[in-house]
Amino acid sequence: MLYALTGFLAGILGGMGMGGGTLLIPLLTLLFNCGQHSAQAMNLVSFIPMAIIALIIHLKNKYVKFDNILLIILPGLVSCFFGSYIAKSVGGALLKRLFGGFLIILSIIQFVLGLKNVKSSKEEKE
Amino acid sequence: MKNRKKINKKRVFLSIVCGVSAGIANGIFGGGGGMIIVPMLTFLLGYKEKNSHATAILIILPLSILSCLLYSSFAPLSLNLFLPVLIGVTIGGVAGAYLLAGLSSKWIVIIFSIVMLGAGVKLLVF
Repeated sequence: MLYALTGFLAGILGGMGMGGGTLLIPLLTLLFNCGQHSAQAMNLVSFIPMAIIALIIHLKNKYVKFDNILLIILPGLVSCFFGSYIAKSVGGALLKRLFGGFLIILSIIQFVLGLKNVKSSKEEKE
Repeated sequence: MKNRKKINKKRVFLSIVCGVSAGIANGIFGGGGGMIIVPMLTFLLGYKEKNSHATAILIILPLSILSCLLYSSFAPLSLNLFLPVLIGVTIGGVAGAYLLAGLSSKWIVIIFSIVMLGAGVKLLVF
């Protein structure tokens, strides 16, 4: 099924740890004419099983830091209410455009960080 | 004694900022929270890269679950779409995690940001 293939593609990118999962949303809306809200919901759901597996591994390796963790998560949970309320109130078409803008911002962040990584690894070689 | 109190206040504030940013992104856009919070953990809270990525998952997971539940009231997901995509993403995620070990991720991030930029522009403009 084409749906599974799309998911697979987004999953690979996400699995490589570069937020590729977020690409699932435009893939669904652009390729399958999925509604923006549904595509976003799909992305949220898809994240969960993999996150649980990854988290177990990270916890085992002790990579997770717990300092002030509640200070991060609790305000985050509250913000989810606000965020999803906004998503709900904004129409699908507008949300799509806003999401597009968001992707652009994210791509710039990714790009800058990517350049930084490339630079620092070049310096390592020298 | 005074110094210690000052530093703690700053970290408390930054932690909350991180949480709110991730929560808002997660709530409004159903994704991208990870891509925002990883650099924030690294640069604002001074986490090491591995810790940032791992802790980000711990943070985003409950946020995604909450957003999922909130979205379910207004974002219908047909089983037709939901199941294959979910399976695809999970398998892709595992594949991606294995691939990550072998590939030079730095250039991939650059290419990836360009793809994202393209998708973003398409959604924003068209």
